[in-house]
Amino acid sequence: MAGALLLLPATFYIFALVGVPFLLAIFYGVTDIKVASDGYEIVGARNFRGILASPTFRLALRNSFLFAVSSQVLVIACATALALALQEPFRGRRAVRFLILLPWVAPISLGAIGWKWILDSIYSVINWVLAAAGLVNPMEPPMWLGEPGLAMVSVVTVHVWRMLPFATVVLLAGLTSIPRDIPEAAAVDGAGFWRTHFGVTLPMIRPIVLVASLFGIIFTFTDMAVVYILTRGGPHDATQVLPSLAFFTGILGGDLAGGAAISLFLFPMLLAAALLMLRVARRSEVT
Amino acid sequence: MAIVQTVALTKRYPGSAEAAVDGVDLETREGEFLVLLGPSGSGKTTVLRMIAGLEAPTEGEIRIGGRVVNHLSARERGIAMVFQSYALYPHLTVYKNIAFPLKAQRVPRGLHREKVERAAAMFGIGRLLDRKPRQLSGGERQRVALARALVRDPSVFLLDEPLSNLDAKLRATAREELQKFQKQIATTTIYVTHDQVEAMAMGDRVVIMSAGRVRQVGTPAQVYDDPADTFVATFLGSPPMNLLPRGDLLVGFRPEHFRPATPDGPAAARFSFRVELAEYLGAERLLYGRLEDRPDAQEVVSRLPSYLPAPAPGDTAAFGVAAEHLLFFDAGSGRRTDRRVKP
Repeated sequence: MAGALLLLPATFYIFALVGVPFLLAIFYGVTDIKVASDGYEIVGARNFRGILASPTFRLALRNSFLFAVSSQVLVIACATALALALQEPFRGRRAVRFLILLPWVAPISLGAIGWKWILDSIYSVINWVLAAAGLVNPMEPPMWLGEPGLAMVSVVTVHVWRMLPFATVVLLAGLTSIPRDIPEAAAVDGAGFWRTHFGVTLPMIRPIVLVASLFGIIFTFTDMAVVYILTRGGPHDATQVLPSLAFFTGILGGDLAGGAAISLFLFPMLLAAALLMLRVARRSEVT
Repeated sequence: MAIVQTVALTKRYPGSAEAAVDGVDLETREGEFLVLLGPSGSGKTTVLRMIAGLEAPTEGEIRIGGRVVNHLSARERGIAMVFQSYALYPHLTVYKNIAFPLKAQRVPRGLHREKVERAAAMFGIGRLLDRKPRQLSGGERQRVALARALVRDPSVFLLDEPLSNLDAKLRATAREELQKFQKQIATTTIYVTHDQVEAMAMGDRVVIMSAGRVRQVGTPAQVYDDPADTFVATFLGSPPMNLLPRGDLLVGFRPEHFRPATPDGPAAARFSFRVELAEYLGAERLLYGRLEDRPDAQEVVSRLPSYLPAPAPGDTAAFGVAAEHLLFFDAGSGRRTDRRVKP
């Protein structure tokens, strides 16, 4: 009884902030409601048919997958390398660990604004360095946020920078949980660095890696902070992802029904990913 | 096959005043079963880890087969090691665990199956090859660890308390088997344990360590019957040797040599022993009491075969020790001495 009572506030918050909007989105998705309209009609699956026919939506869907998958692949690869490096004792390891955690604890808007300047068309330090090194023409520097391909690269890079600390900490915790005897046994058995890690330690933490990457994918599919701050989905929707498109359509564009339909589109897939993650997490407890 | 030698091997950990290993000189013999025995913290495992290449010595040299190996990494030393935890790779099957060293050392793939199967057969685990380590019992895991260590015919075989995770009954059989295997493969073996029964039962020679130093090296009989100092004398044997302070010397005798004196017996030392407590242990009986006819009424223990009649608690009886069983130690240094004193 006391347990149920203690759960009540959390349940209330989750219901109010996640449950109600979610149910509302399902409801809006089958109506023709607009921000300014005072009535609505049930229109069934028309919104969903509509967005499927829209080239912008299909571009955003493709971008979402590109954005989520490429950033997660990079995050896991970099986090693995970082975690292996940070596991070794060296002078200043604490300081480096702290610095790596920094992008995670700093508010994303702050970090992304920093990146906006780094990638700025006129004031970009990257271009300044590249020009000084003679690698680019200073009169025609790359427009990091202004050219479709480069804009996607930039958005992915910043998102990787943002997600890296968490994945590194998770992998580092996984590696630390491996008894010291096991890599030592591998060393005595004649395994070098690559075989020890790719044959023994990393396979041992595979469930943890899987949970970390599923978490990253779900988070990335539902997040629009980096895109919104850096490019607003531009240029020409080159970096438009589903969450940002839903926001622009539903909130800024006033088409609540359209926005709801877009935001609901990935729900079945993400639900499956979340269930898979829970399953893996439960199984990984058995070592 | 190789001889392992350490010269003035020393390990100091930063921030610790005492050396964990302090100038250890050891030399195995060809194909020998050498046991490092000592209480926990005596540095025996650290010595083993330095020989394995898992820890770098602060000073001193390690030679394997006459070659200095200080600068070689663990993988380059051609040794095999069994860890106390067995350190099996949990995500690999038994077959892949045993084949791991072969893969790591680039033994041609075609030879793997035959070698793995032979090693597995040697330890009777042939039917477990498809299982994962978590599906095995403690004894089976230990055998997998041994098979993995032996599969590539190492020149030196290191074992770090491999029996300590087994239950008592299994430990006795495993001890016997391990000894047989070692004789069969005749590979130089260094075995670390804190269990004196294991050390005495298996070792060709036993190295007794305490506080990072070697106290004595010898056959089990030598270290037991002829201990170099009071540490060895009291560490080996259960209950430990009786030590009586006499001036600046200590007189020592083992509980089993402290027995009822016959009136005409050749006992070099006679005592009036007042029994305070008796423990019946089946094959033998332990009598705890005091030497009533000595000014300090020293506490001593006697260990008698239980078929012999023994005084009951509260009784006083004449007990004695034969001259050849009396050992003398310097009270200051604890070392054995040629000086004698009346017990």
